[in-house]
Amino acid sequence: MWDYSEKVKEHFFDPKNAGAVADANAVGDVGSINCGDALRLTLKVNPETEIIEDAGFQTFGCGSAIASSSALTEIIKGKTLDEALLVTNQDIADYLDGLPPEKMHCSVMGREALQAAVADYRGEEWKDDHEEGALICKCFAIDEIMVEETIRANNLHTVEEVTNYTKAGGGCSSCHEAIEGVLTRVLAEKGESFMAPAIGGAPVAAPVVAAKPKPAAKASGNLKRIRIIEMVLESIRPNLQADNGDVELVDVDGKNIYVHLTGACNGCQMAAMTLGGIQQRLIEELGEFVKVLPDTEMPVAMEGA
Amino acid sequence: MSDIYMDNNATTMVDPAVVEEMMPFFSEQFGNPSSLHSFGNKVGMALKKARKQVQRLIGAEFDSEIIFTSCGSESDSTAILSALRAQPERREIITTVVEHPAVLNLCEYLETEGYTVHYLKVDNKGRLDLDEYKKLLSDKVAVVSIMWANNESGTIFPVEEMAELAHNKGIMFHTDAVQAVGKIPIDLENSYIHMLSMSGHKLHAPKGVGVLYLKRGTRFRPLLRGGHQERGRRAGTENVASIVGLGKACEMAGSHIEFENTHVKAMRDRLQEGILAAVPNCFATGDVENRLPNTASIAFEFIEGEAILLLMNKVGIAASSGSACTSGSLEPSHVMMAMGIPYTAAHGTVRFSLSRYNTMEEVERVIAEVPGIVAKLRKLSPYWGENGPIENPESAFAPVYA
Repeated sequence: MWDYSEKVKEHFFDPKNAGAVADANAVGDVGSINCGDALRLTLKVNPETEIIEDAGFQTFGCGSAIASSSALTEIIKGKTLDEALLVTNQDIADYLDGLPPEKMHCSVMGREALQAAVADYRGEEWKDDHEEGALICKCFAIDEIMVEETIRANNLHTVEEVTNYTKAGGGCSSCHEAIEGVLTRVLAEKGESFMAPAIGGAPVAAPVVAAKPKPAAKASGNLKRIRIIEMVLESIRPNLQADNGDVELVDVDGKNIYVHLTGACNGCQMAAMTLGGIQQRLIEELGEFVKVLPDTEMPVAMEGA
Repeated sequence: MSDIYMDNNATTMVDPAVVEEMMPFFSEQFGNPSSLHSFGNKVGMALKKARKQVQRLIGAEFDSEIIFTSCGSESDSTAILSALRAQPERREIITTVVEHPAVLNLCEYLETEGYTVHYLKVDNKGRLDLDEYKKLLSDKVAVVSIMWANNESGTIFPVEEMAELAHNKGIMFHTDAVQAVGKIPIDLENSYIHMLSMSGHKLHAPKGVGVLYLKRGTRFRPLLRGGHQERGRRAGTENVASIVGLGKACEMAGSHIEFENTHVKAMRDRLQEGILAAVPNCFATGDVENRLPNTASIAFEFIEGEAILLLMNKVGIAASSGSACTSGSLEPSHVMMAMGIPYTAAHGTVRFSLSRYNTMEEVERVIAEVPGIVAKLRKLSPYWGENGPIENPESAFAPVYA
């Protein structure tokens, strides 16, 4: 059984605003192809103030679809149409104290029903702008179509890249086989083949390896590289600082770029993902492959090395 | 009032007599059956007894045809992969669209390895077309894998006839019989079935133990190599306590086969008839004339299965559903879709699967509870009007699907 919150159960067993509003002047009919669920939202909108005076739902769907519908009607009642349109699917999920990742699409369906009903009221045609596919990554609720489109749009070739762009596979890593499957299929469309890394997994704390002799530093262009690297890091810092973290450049050794994560970033479970994101930006800006590593992985200079 | 368990195709209660039989093998009978000393010897004797008990239930000719495994899925994988490895020149598999994921997902994977898999379709009652099957039998086929009975609808396939057709063409035949063993009589000695999978926890033995039946002489390649356990056909120290439990459970299932096909069947029939009479717009799925005696799969139109299960669970009734939402998958049950059942009904299928531990009183309680639950959900459904489905439901409510 699903791990539903008490709030979800409450709205499922005792839904609010079930049934159609009798004198409705806005109707939104939407469905989620993901699980065949469907929802009709009816609204009574005050034509003067555009305030939603009443809202009712009819839902063909599972427990969380019914609970999401119930929550949606509670959230939007008393709001103006413009205010209601600001409600996101995350707001619906939050109102219910969260939904299992497999069930997030129920909240998406709620938001879409609202958009469809508002479009109906305003005499506009509403078109759905996204598709949903089978869930690939359970840790971050990323579906197959999202993975597929991101691979196509960004010309991705590895599971690591997919994780950097979509977060899929960045958690428990159980879905890496499925991601490889999507990569294989999408790359085959372009006549390319998916090349897997030899093993994939690596210990979290990489073993300290004896430093190899450094390649002779190339004077030309190196300064320019470092400037670009610093520029990229500067542009990323405000985001990290917003989460009470920070990053600074420590060293550049050929393809390896060592950075120091501080504050909340240091030791954060998302650190690997943050590094991945930085790496991706650097690859794009530099136009070459580089590897971003935490300074803790810097090779220790051995005696005589 | 105690809760009512009608989800026995998912798993079953371990019979108290089975538990009792197992207990010594967690404590004083701890020996390794491979050991020469008396500690091991007694355990070895217990395995031997269990093997005989399994042999008797499925009518195997020799007890050495019984290979203990960890579960039904392991047995399925072992059988299919063995057939492919033993006959590398044969690159085709025949199965059905309604198999359990233990077979289907393996076959889909094997397709990526370059094998060709033929999936037999079913009609609206879940039946196979044997003419289609006969046409596919060729010397390119390594193995046919057909379930004996379907876990969702209970529909029984003519596996004995199909095995003979395969055997006559020189093709190995495997059947996933986890739902059938213990519910209907099985006589493997007089069949052409080469391999059969069964699972302990479907017949009141514990989880984590299964059997692969391997007809003597059938070419075989083990999945697990290592020690000489199971005559070298499945390495790994035996799960002794569970195997002993499985043996006992098989003995008990054998003596209850008639009860299953009279009393349990009567309860199932009453349940189905009672619900169909009390609830409008619902129907039984599958081949109702030819199905397991314990299973009734009922599709409630215009409502969704998970919602039904949650409300039933609230009043203490346990069953399961073919709805997409109960599994987190994209589609409603592949079995219901294969039978051409429309979306609005396939989502609302509920499987009631009984056992010899259910009672007629429980059946009556379920019949009394279900109509109110269905009515409550239909009140919320956009397909449902005041007193019945809205007119032309599919066109009157046609949402934008995303």
